[in-house]
Amino acid sequence: MDAGTCTSAVPLLEVDDLRVVFPTPRGMVKAVWGVSFQIQKGHMYGIVGESGCGKTATGRAILRLIPPPGKIVGGRILFRGENLMEKSEEEMRRVRGRSISMIFQDPAAALNPLFTIGQQITAIMKRHKVAHGEALRQRAEQLFEELGLPHSRDLLECYPHQLSGGMQQRVMIAMALCVESDLLIADEPTSCLDVTIQSQILDLLVRLQKQRGLAIMLITHDLGVVAETCERVAVFYLGRIVEQGAVSEVFRHPRHPYTQGLLAALPDPQRWGSPLKMIPGSVPTPLEAIPGCAFAPRCEFATDTCGNVEPQLVSVGDDHLAACFLYAADPGKGRGRA
Amino acid sequence: MSRGEYLLRRLGFGLFVLLGVLLVTFVVSRVVPGDPARLYLGPRASPEALAQVRERLGLDDPLPKQFVKYVASTLQGDLGYSFRTKRPIIEDLKVRLPATMELVILSTGLALLVGVPVGVLGASRRGKGFDQVSRILTIAGVSIPAFWWALLLQLVFFLWLGLLPLGGRVSQDIQLHHPIQMITGFYLIDAAVTGNWIAWRDAALHILLPACVLATYPLSLAVRMTRASMVEVLSEVYVTAARAQGLSEREILFRLALKNAIVPTLTIMGLVFAYSITGAVLVEIVFTWPGMGSYMTDAILNKDIYVLFAVTLVVTVIYIFVNLLVDLVQAALDPRIRIGRGGEA
Ligand SMILES: Nc1ncnc2c1ncn2[C@@H]1O[C@H](COP(=O)(O)OP(=O)(O)O)[C@@H](O)[C@H]1O
Ligand SMILES: [Mg+2]
Repeated sequence: MDAGTCTSAVPLLEVDDLRVVFPTPRGMVKAVWGVSFQIQKGHMYGIVGESGCGKTATGRAILRLIPPPGKIVGGRILFRGENLMEKSEEEMRRVRGRSISMIFQDPAAALNPLFTIGQQITAIMKRHKVAHGEALRQRAEQLFEELGLPHSRDLLECYPHQLSGGMQQRVMIAMALCVESDLLIADEPTSCLDVTIQSQILDLLVRLQKQRGLAIMLITHDLGVVAETCERVAVFYLGRIVEQGAVSEVFRHPRHPYTQGLLAALPDPQRWGSPLKMIPGSVPTPLEAIPGCAFAPRCEFATDTCGNVEPQLVSVGDDHLAACFLYAADPGKGRGRA
Repeated sequence: MSRGEYLLRRLGFGLFVLLGVLLVTFVVSRVVPGDPARLYLGPRASPEALAQVRERLGLDDPLPKQFVKYVASTLQGDLGYSFRTKRPIIEDLKVRLPATMELVILSTGLALLVGVPVGVLGASRRGKGFDQVSRILTIAGVSIPAFWWALLLQLVFFLWLGLLPLGGRVSQDIQLHHPIQMITGFYLIDAAVTGNWIAWRDAALHILLPACVLATYPLSLAVRMTRASMVEVLSEVYVTAARAQGLSEREILFRLALKNAIVPTLTIMGLVFAYSITGAVLVEIVFTWPGMGSYMTDAILNKDIYVLFAVTLVVTVIYIFVNLLVDLVQAALDPRIRIGRGGEA
């Protein structure tokens, strides 16, 4: 658990030791393995990591939407103090879309091609009984206007393929917000969009967070995005969190060699022209059983211990945790490069 | 390309196919029988008589003119005479075609009505008991010989239980005492329209077994097609999104995903429908059903060549019509067809 976030109020979302696996013909994929974090009401929480490290699985697990045969095999998911893991499927359906909503990487794939925007958004409002009759359309149009979609009745009659990618993602956001949920899980909401549109969508999310007090779990592989928008961040590597804490802390003083590598790989405007540093090696598949630290095979500081014992998250600063033996004995200091 | 344009194009294509079939039957009818006039009059006809018939049938005209005449008369319903029944073929068809259509429409309807929901549920309960049982039954359904299956059902429902009649379209005493007035040739419709409920009930009991036997194959096919395309659709992101929005599983399966998944099933069912019109012959024979299949079989056995042409034409027209209907439904379901990538959508 984050040491520094122990505020008096119950956190909006508390994920505790979450474990998700996917059985495959080649063995059991441990997509998420012992992940814990908390999201406070109205906060923007960043989840970063390379592709395949379990970000999507974590987001879907919160809504209990892991596609079978994959399943959640351990942990607790507390939403406003209630354990979602103990809820019935019918109770979960009242949480989904009403208290917690989700938007997806590719809005074109997340909208059903055979239904109009109006049909899709009103179905959600009807389902959660927030409006009916003519009020459905009015509410949808209001929301569209708030989200910067062209104000016209026609939009409701449009089919998804008639809209641009940016508009499709705005529509998805409208569909996520039409019932006024408290938490939005945004799974790489901009990776499929043009660069100019990306920042528009991010600005929109930040505005919604500020204006509506919406908590957002922002999944991304872009550390720059997290630095700009989030209060707190968790860095994922192979289904585990290797470093987490306040964005200012983690990005200014990255402790885990993996985070340091990720930050070093970012283009630095002050050193234009100098070659980008890359983390050596590539992410192993989660199938390979790694006895110790999952990052050890790629880590330049790895010792014998790293290859045998799995490091736990320890405090490495003010509101800052890292899972690395470099800090196990003497938290707060380290031989890190930063 | 607008939706209307798309449909016009499909209709044009259908007419093109029809013209092609007319051309083929025309050429074959002029080539295969040798001399149509001799075929008409028999081998011992005098040269004068032959010439007269040639004149009358327009056989001395240039071929293109003959073809135009042939198309015109065909469109007017003149399909020639049957050597065997000694009646205009169109008169035979007026009885035969409704008999078969009633059977095929009913069995296709049954197949869709039962097969599609079973397929949807199978996909949503993939690998569970329901899915396993329906898989085994549908494998049996597509591979069981219709002939054997028909006899088995007759054995059970006629001989053992005595619940259903053995064959025919209505019982003899109904034909005598409560005859069905011919309007459309569909007994169930005609009896209902005229309020002849005794006959309706009798006709319904008669059509039950043959319709079930005929439905077995398309029903199994509908289950398998629907299940397969539903499994694919259920893995789409928009289905996960619908779940994340809290929609109920029933709404997701039957209102949303089914719309995405139904088109392949409809296309296959259209094909099976057209095929069943003559392909139902074994069922028609076992149940002494006076339909197109047995009409065509008799024609083949008796070298009644004009009947064969006529049946081919009729099946073609129905095939084109059913295909057009499927296209129409598809266009109504899928807005992307407006852009004109109909094949891909
Ligand atoms: N449906 C699935 N079947 C099997 N493995 C899966 C499935 N979905 C995800 N995984 C595996 O789980 C791991 C985490 O995936 P994911 O959460 O999608 O990563 P991310 O979103 O960070 O790119 C990956 O190794 C991936 O291969
Ligand atoms: Mg992902």
